[in-house]
Amino acid sequence: MIRVVLPAHLRTLACIDGEVHLDIDGPVTQRTVLDALEARYPMLRGTIRGHDGGPRRAFIRFFASELDLSHAPPDDLLPNAVAAGTEPYLVVGAMAGG
Amino acid sequence: MSGVRVLAGTRKGAFVLTSDGKRDRWEVSGPHFGGWEIYHMKGSPADPDRLYASQSSGWSGQVIQRSDDGGSTWAPVGNQFAYQGTPGTHQWYDGTPHPWEFARVWHLEPSLDDPDAVYAGVEDAGLFRSDDGGQSWQELPKLRGHESGPSWQPGAGGMCLHTILLDPSAPGRMFAAISAAGAFRSDDAGQNWRPINRGLQSEGIPDPDAEVGHCVHRLAMHPARPGVLFMQKHWDVMRSDNGGESWREISGNLPSDFGFPIDVHSHEPDTIYVVPITSDAEHFPPEGKLRVYRSRTGGDDWEALTTGLPQENCYVNVLRDAMAVDSMDSCGVYFGTTGGQIYASADSGDSWAPIVRDLPAVLSVEVQTLP
Repeated sequence: MIRVVLPAHLRTLACIDGEVHLDIDGPVTQRTVLDALEARYPMLRGTIRGHDGGPRRAFIRFFASELDLSHAPPDDLLPNAVAAGTEPYLVVGAMAGG
Repeated sequence: MSGVRVLAGTRKGAFVLTSDGKRDRWEVSGPHFGGWEIYHMKGSPADPDRLYASQSSGWSGQVIQRSDDGGSTWAPVGNQFAYQGTPGTHQWYDGTPHPWEFARVWHLEPSLDDPDAVYAGVEDAGLFRSDDGGQSWQELPKLRGHESGPSWQPGAGGMCLHTILLDPSAPGRMFAAISAAGAFRSDDAGQNWRPINRGLQSEGIPDPDAEVGHCVHRLAMHPARPGVLFMQKHWDVMRSDNGGESWREISGNLPSDFGFPIDVHSHEPDTIYVVPITSDAEHFPPEGKLRVYRSRTGGDDWEALTTGLPQENCYVNVLRDAMAVDSMDSCGVYFGTTGGQIYASADSGDSWAPIVRDLPAVLSVEVQTLP
């Protein structure tokens, strides 16, 4: 089970209360996690990355295991702790004010 | 007619205000989509319970929301706005070519007769249409693809398509306005477009009477007389009596002819409203007095409407989509300010009162007259 934490404004958009728990067959990468997330919550398409798996939106960041994975290739494996469900994958709104 | 519903889009959410026909007591619902910018909301003329809202943020981009129950509940629909073909370039602020990039939806214009059909005017300037209630969007590419497109430049607020007018008497005729390209007309439901800017004079561009390049802030039309158009340009208030073929200035005795919104009385096609703003650098009312100006002669002669509006120390702005009228027997006029007030008049502008006064900055105001 993969744990995903979304920023508040996206939880509200998708009517999510708390963490999202996803089951993923195969490699656990940023792409497969986001694909599974968007499949369950289609209203999130385009709000985290471009449609059809496009690039990360400029003011969205991806953290896990105290690492900034925002610039990591989307097909790299996520840390074992994320794949094992002991730590969450964090989708974060950048501190950009507004 | 039983009541009025005001749809207010703000910098930090949407608000729905309702009242009965007296329009003296208002119920405020919101914020909906708190924290998100709501550039525009509008109801379908064919089904007043069908509402569309443009929701966006710098973090997460564009979302379109739809309500089927008059704004009580909402659901996100499609948000993919893909320019057709290879988008090409327009000019950037510094005059260099810049790729067309979708930023947000500025304006939603539902079809006059089909609740599932709706147009979206977007930044960078383009026109999209949905025929499935907002689930999917297709560009009408000939507008952006006009031969002058590569020369268009953004205004200070971005290169936005902010006005869409549908002619109820001539199916297929529609008007659009873009900052800072100008006004355009289609006579075939948006398949083809041509600029309609003859008569405009803009000192801020190299050729003041160029075919395109004018910073049109807003167009308005009375549905019973769609051949007459009114325009608030960056500077100058303009009028066309021939569907935009030519324009003449009607600024007359306005204290400033700079401003953003313009609208037409619901029962008097020659009664129009503007809110003069000091200048392009000073986006606040002249002398700190918030005054709506009304012309009952279709322009040139204007009277200040001040009763109930602040007449000292007022330095708010009124944005282009933030004025609307209802169609009650005594026409109601409404506008929202960047200071978060929405003022309403139930007597065609003779007197005003705030119906809510501490919202986030108001980006848009639309009004529905409910059966």
